[in-house]
Amino acid sequence: MATPTTLDKLEADSTTSHLITVTFRVRRFNPEVAAEASWQDFQLEIDPKERVLDGLHKIKWDQDGSLTFRRSCAHGICGSDAMRINGKNRLACKTLIKDLNPSKPITVEPIKGLTVLKDLVVDMDPFFQAYRDVMPFLITKGNEPTRERLQTAEDRERFDDTTKCILCAACTSSCPVFWNDGQYFGPAAIVNAHRFIFDSRDEAGEQRLEILNDKDGVWRCRTTFNCTDACPRGIEVTKAIQEVKRALITRRY
Amino acid sequence: MKIHKYDTVIVGAGGAGMRAAIESTKRSRTAVLTKLYPTRSHTGAAQGGMAAALANVEEDNWEWHTFDTIKGGDYLVDQDAAEILAKEAIDAVLDLEKMGLPFNRTPDGTIDQRRFGGHSRNHGEAPVRRSCYAADRTGHMILQTLYQNCVKEGVEFFNEFYVLDQLITEVDGVKKSAGVVAFELATGEIHVFQAKSVIYASGGTGKFFKVTSNAHTLTGDGQAACYRRGLPLEDMEFFQFHPTGIWRMGILLTEGARGEGGILRNKDGERFMEKYAPVMKDLASRDVVSRSIYTEIREGRGCGPEGDHVYLDLTHLPPEQLDAKLPDITEFARTYLGIEPYTDPIPIQPTAHYAMGGIPTNVAGEVLSDNDTVVPGLYAAGEVACVSVHGANRLGTNSLLDINVFGKRAGIAAAEYAHRSDFVELPENPAQLVVDQVERLRESTGNERVAEIRKELQETMDANVMVFRTEQTIKTAVEKIAELRERYKNVSVQDKGKRFNTDLLEAIELGNLLDLAEVMAVSALARKESRGGHYREDYPNRDDVNFMRHTMAYREVGKDGKDSIRLDYKPVVQTRYQPMERKY
Repeated sequence: MATPTTLDKLEADSTTSHLITVTFRVRRFNPEVAAEASWQDFQLEIDPKERVLDGLHKIKWDQDGSLTFRRSCAHGICGSDAMRINGKNRLACKTLIKDLNPSKPITVEPIKGLTVLKDLVVDMDPFFQAYRDVMPFLITKGNEPTRERLQTAEDRERFDDTTKCILCAACTSSCPVFWNDGQYFGPAAIVNAHRFIFDSRDEAGEQRLEILNDKDGVWRCRTTFNCTDACPRGIEVTKAIQEVKRALITRRY
Repeated sequence: MKIHKYDTVIVGAGGAGMRAAIESTKRSRTAVLTKLYPTRSHTGAAQGGMAAALANVEEDNWEWHTFDTIKGGDYLVDQDAAEILAKEAIDAVLDLEKMGLPFNRTPDGTIDQRRFGGHSRNHGEAPVRRSCYAADRTGHMILQTLYQNCVKEGVEFFNEFYVLDQLITEVDGVKKSAGVVAFELATGEIHVFQAKSVIYASGGTGKFFKVTSNAHTLTGDGQAACYRRGLPLEDMEFFQFHPTGIWRMGILLTEGARGEGGILRNKDGERFMEKYAPVMKDLASRDVVSRSIYTEIREGRGCGPEGDHVYLDLTHLPPEQLDAKLPDITEFARTYLGIEPYTDPIPIQPTAHYAMGGIPTNVAGEVLSDNDTVVPGLYAAGEVACVSVHGANRLGTNSLLDINVFGKRAGIAAAEYAHRSDFVELPENPAQLVVDQVERLRESTGNERVAEIRKELQETMDANVMVFRTEQTIKTAVEKIAELRERYKNVSVQDKGKRFNTDLLEAIELGNLLDLAEVMAVSALARKESRGGHYREDYPNRDDVNFMRHTMAYREVGKDGKDSIRLDYKPVVQTRYQPMERKY
């Protein structure tokens, strides 16, 4: 087995330390301390192959324990740590320092459009309310079969992309329509409606389409593709929204 | 302080907690307290699948699954529980499918199945396709599906409520569960939840290791709350090290990668598992594969300049197969290592993964206060519990199964208990312990830092009680943990506020980790044999004469106020399978 060069380089690099100094410019807010939010700079030593989340931990653990953010799994699955990093929505645990031009300060802010509670922590309740409003669960009629419902591999593939959603809110909080009007369902709720509308086993597509036909529903989407760019799971969010719009017109799904 | 009253309170909203909530909400007024938003739970990180002998793609039956589970657990499994697990697996998978879970499908439209470590045809003849899966995000789909159904059932969640204490009241000489005390992260407020029944489903303890697949939040909170109130912890020395964590980071790469045909190789390109497990090869049980990897590394056949890892080779598999069956883990390799798995092998090393031990329960999910006495009103399910279906080593895909089978059982049992029981009176000043704990930490001016003690704990655990252990290394760990527990008394936090004080939260979590690490090390020291995930180089053989028994660890407080650990033992339930030498 020939060992390719990227692997060689990765392994060789591991024996030496490559710490660099970076500045994290973090948006701080704590109403117990001050009414207004402000920027605070932190300098830290970090390996560029580490994650932005590692940098935030270094600050919290070594410099300022009051820095507050949510995180859990640290590898892009739990959806806790969506934040605005250098002006773009990303997961802090999936963003490596080396991919950010660390010679300049790295800005870290809470995601937009949701009320900031403290530092990088926002109120997620409106986000989850919009999700709940699209009836995000399988609805079927008639008697249940004894064994599993059958579904062809093609029918299963039809909604595969939208099953990847981790409800991190990176898409919804990158949407200019949502920023201006929090009543809009937002991309994540539509993605989760799509996941059921296009599931061949589900029998409540019409009801979900009617919910999204609302004035705060899919028609508010201006196809800016911010959501697709922001999705850390690579879901084609805008395409899913377009498919829901088309289903509303054709009533075929 | 606020007081709430519910029939049933569930602590934790991962797979086990939400599966329980779906049942108990239908039957009783239920509150789910969770320190994270439910969909953040670590069930979502599980990848490869959920075992059930559906026999959709080849001959299989639940008796073979039972045998594999018992053998996989190196015969420390309670065989009555394993039989329930394997038998109810089939309905557990079908339940999830009916709830909407998008399983991968066979050409016939039934649920597809793939191979996984330790799962075999006819008692070890050859690997069998038993794992039901949704690409390599089965845990994610289970977590999402259960949450969706909690929304459907109108389950009441208290998000970011951190349970810190288990309330127990003695009634006519019987210790009964009275409720729990929780800390609301958003406000710093203390809440008392009086409940007829309480179910712990708060997950594992993996964060006392450094290289681990576990989330930052897996700090053994439920185990610690019960242990501090005098309830035992069972088999805590048994911890699983998953063979394929991303080198140095510990991020999980599913065993399903080997189920799909992936191969482990040393620096010479040799498929070394053929030497250690001639029949099952790369699909031997996890304890066997992890020890084999470290044997290769110790004997100088590890990869890289420091020889500290081996390769998971997927390069011979078609890219379409990787894209369809293993999209997430191949992306992890690209994101975190910059490696292209189509063409490069992935550097891996074993990673701390799963606690086989935990709060002892019977098969109804009822918590035990000794070898056979039930604590009325107290239940546990999932990784926090020890039924014991995993014994000394859990098989891959049996944990997603465990949370569904025993989560459901606990949910039903707890709600039915609530129906036929009255509230137990709360103890006097029910929140006192928690108030004191929180205030002491908030006001402490000590000079010890949480991050430093946690780092030293993780380093000593990795160095001394990982895949290979000896009396000497375990004693080193015990002494170090004692020193850290002493230093913890002088720990202080910088954030003195009420609102979202995660600084304080981390300090409390560290206290839990320290208590549980001590239980693990002391239990490991006393077990002078090698079995499953517990390997003693000074006692390399299994000793059924002296150690075919579960460890039960109790916290005892002396007259001087100092606490210590008392070990006792509980017999293993054996039904039809006699212990044999374990070969793969």
